[in-house]
Parts: sequence; structure tokens; C-alpha cells
Amino acid sequence: MKVIKFIGWFFLVSLVVIQFFPIERNQSEEVSRADFMLVNTVPEKIQNKIQVSCYDCHSNNTEYPWYNKIQPVAWFLEDHIREGKAELNFNEWGDYSDRRKNSKLRSIISQIEDGEMPLDSYTLMHGDAKLSSQDKLEIINYITGLKSEL
Amino acid sequence: MTIKIYLMVMVTLTAMSCKDTNQEKDASEPMSGEMYQEDSGKMMAENAGNNATNAIIDNYLQIKNALVADDQEAAAQAGGKLVGEFEDFDQSNYSSEEQQELTDIIEDAKEHAEHIAESAIDHQREHFDILSKDVIDMIAITGTDKKLYQDFCPMYNDNKGAQWLSATKEIKNPYFGSKMMDCGKIQKEIN
Repeated sequence: MKVIKFIGWFFLVSLVVIQFFPIERNQSEEVSRADFMLVNTVPEKIQNKIQVSCYDCHSNNTEYPWYNKIQPVAWFLEDHIREGKAELNFNEWGDYSDRRKNSKLRSIISQIEDGEMPLDSYTLMHGDAKLSSQDKLEIINYITGLKSEL
Repeated sequence: MTIKIYLMVMVTLTAMSCKDTNQEKDASEPMSGEMYQEDSGKMMAENAGNNATNAIIDNYLQIKNALVADDQEAAAQAGGKLVGEFEDFDQSNYSSEEQQELTDIIEDAKEHAEHIAESAIDHQREHFDILSKDVIDMIAITGTDKKLYQDFCPMYNDNKGAQWLSATKEIKNPYFGSKMMDCGKIQKEIN
């Protein structure tokens, strides 16, 4: 009994302590000139969908709900965002070479088609980020058009 | 005259590529000899670059062979090695224009190799498709002394088709593996 009590307290104290660990927030005031939405003429509806469903992890600006500021969720998220941005950063779109744009567009299409993006773990908490089959179709059509213009 | 021979060879290759291709050897020899002579001067000057390119090609072919054998693990391993080969590639012997192009190619290709190193086989094949394009474009700049076949499978990627490089004449399809081993044809011979 004593042991269980000790473990309980230990976790509680740890949980409080880790709240003081600083994390780097993915937030930037700057509007990038290379942003996907500025470089391309994106229809408003698609612009909206991509921003809500993709930008939290694939841009320099994440909208953090309150629970994402709590550890250890924040750590978990930090990792995801770092990985997501390395893979594709919509804010840096204009700086990519045409070759790379082509690769990225192809990956965007295949990830959305296969339902791998947005991640299930993300849409679980962000219902509005979920893409309906209609959304998917519209985004894929638009992206396919962009790809053929390259 | 040369063009005529070239066309004839291409037509023969295309027509026969899905069958056993042994008899064609004679027909294709004059062309490969000619091309080799044309390029050999450039090759010697770029000998150092060639070795680096060869390392990349060897690794690329390992991925290709693994995908032909439906071997995800071997493909992943070769993909990891290929990342390093791209990082080590020395561009200093090339003109600034070529360097720019090579930088673009390598940056893109490295990412595909990274993905091949850590993905399921379906994704490995998707990335191999674009990687193949990168490697083909790279060889167009660097040249190589290797004998290579540029093959084409018209069915992959929802019938949009995909290219790959092979060191052997026989078609062995890396995009479908055992499902459709002999789908494809030779598009071009390098050297």
C-alpha cells in the first residue's frame, strides 16, 4: 500500500515538475513571402482546408489549444511538428526547386489519397481537420493541376 | 544513316522487350560502341566524379534489385546507404550551372532515399519512381562508364508509367515485383 502511495505521489510531483521545462513553440509573426498561398493562386475553400488540416504541423505557425501546452503532450507535439516541417513546410514553398515541388506535390496527393494525412492522432483531437471524401477530391484535383503546370 | 540504325534498333528493342531478349545483342552493339567513343573523352576528365556517381548507381541498383525481389528490408538498407553516398558527392568539378542542377537533384534524391530507408514497400516504390528520375537526370550531367538500360513500365502509378535503370538487359520490374515481373520495355541504352 505504501509503495503504491509513493509511486502515486512520485508521478504527481513529476507531472508538476515537467510543466516548468521550457519548450520551443512553433509560432512566428512573420508572413513568409514564399508561402504556398502567396506563391500560388489557391481557391479560398481549398486554402481554408489546407490551412486548417495541414498548417499546424507543416508551417512555422501552430495554433495551440490549451491541452497542448501541458507536458508531456507538448513534448510529443514538438516532435511531430519538427518532423512535419522537415518533410514539408508550406511557408517555404516558393523556395523549393521545381524538382522538389514536384516531389512534394506527388507526396501530398498520395498521402491524402491513402488517408495517411492528416494523421489520425491529430484529427482525433481536431475534428475540423478531418477531410471528407469531397474535400479530398477537391484538394487532390487542385494539387494535380499545380503539378501539371510545373 | 546513324539515325536510321538508331531508330531500327529502338524499334526492335521496343517490339521485343517483353520477350526473351538474347538475340538482340548483335543489333544493339554498334550503337553502344559508338556512344561510348563519343563520351569517352569527357569520361576521363571526370574520372573522379565518375567514381562517386558509380557508388550512387551501385546503391541505386541494390534498391532496384531489392524491390524486384519484394524485399522491403534490403531496399531500406540500401536506401540508408544511398543517403550517405549523395551527401558525399563532390560537385566541384562541374560548372556552376551544372552544380545548381546537381544540388537540386541531390537534395530531392536524398529525401527519397531517406524515405526508402524507413517506409513500407508500397511507399518505397513510390519514392523509387521519383528517385529513378533524379538518378537518370544526374547521369545525364555526370555521365557514367557503366552499361545501363533505362527501362519503362507503362502501368505503374495509375498507368502514368515509371522509369528505372538496370544493369541487365532482361526486364525485371521493381514496381510490381513478383506480381508482374516482366512488365516493361527498354527505353534507352546508356553506353
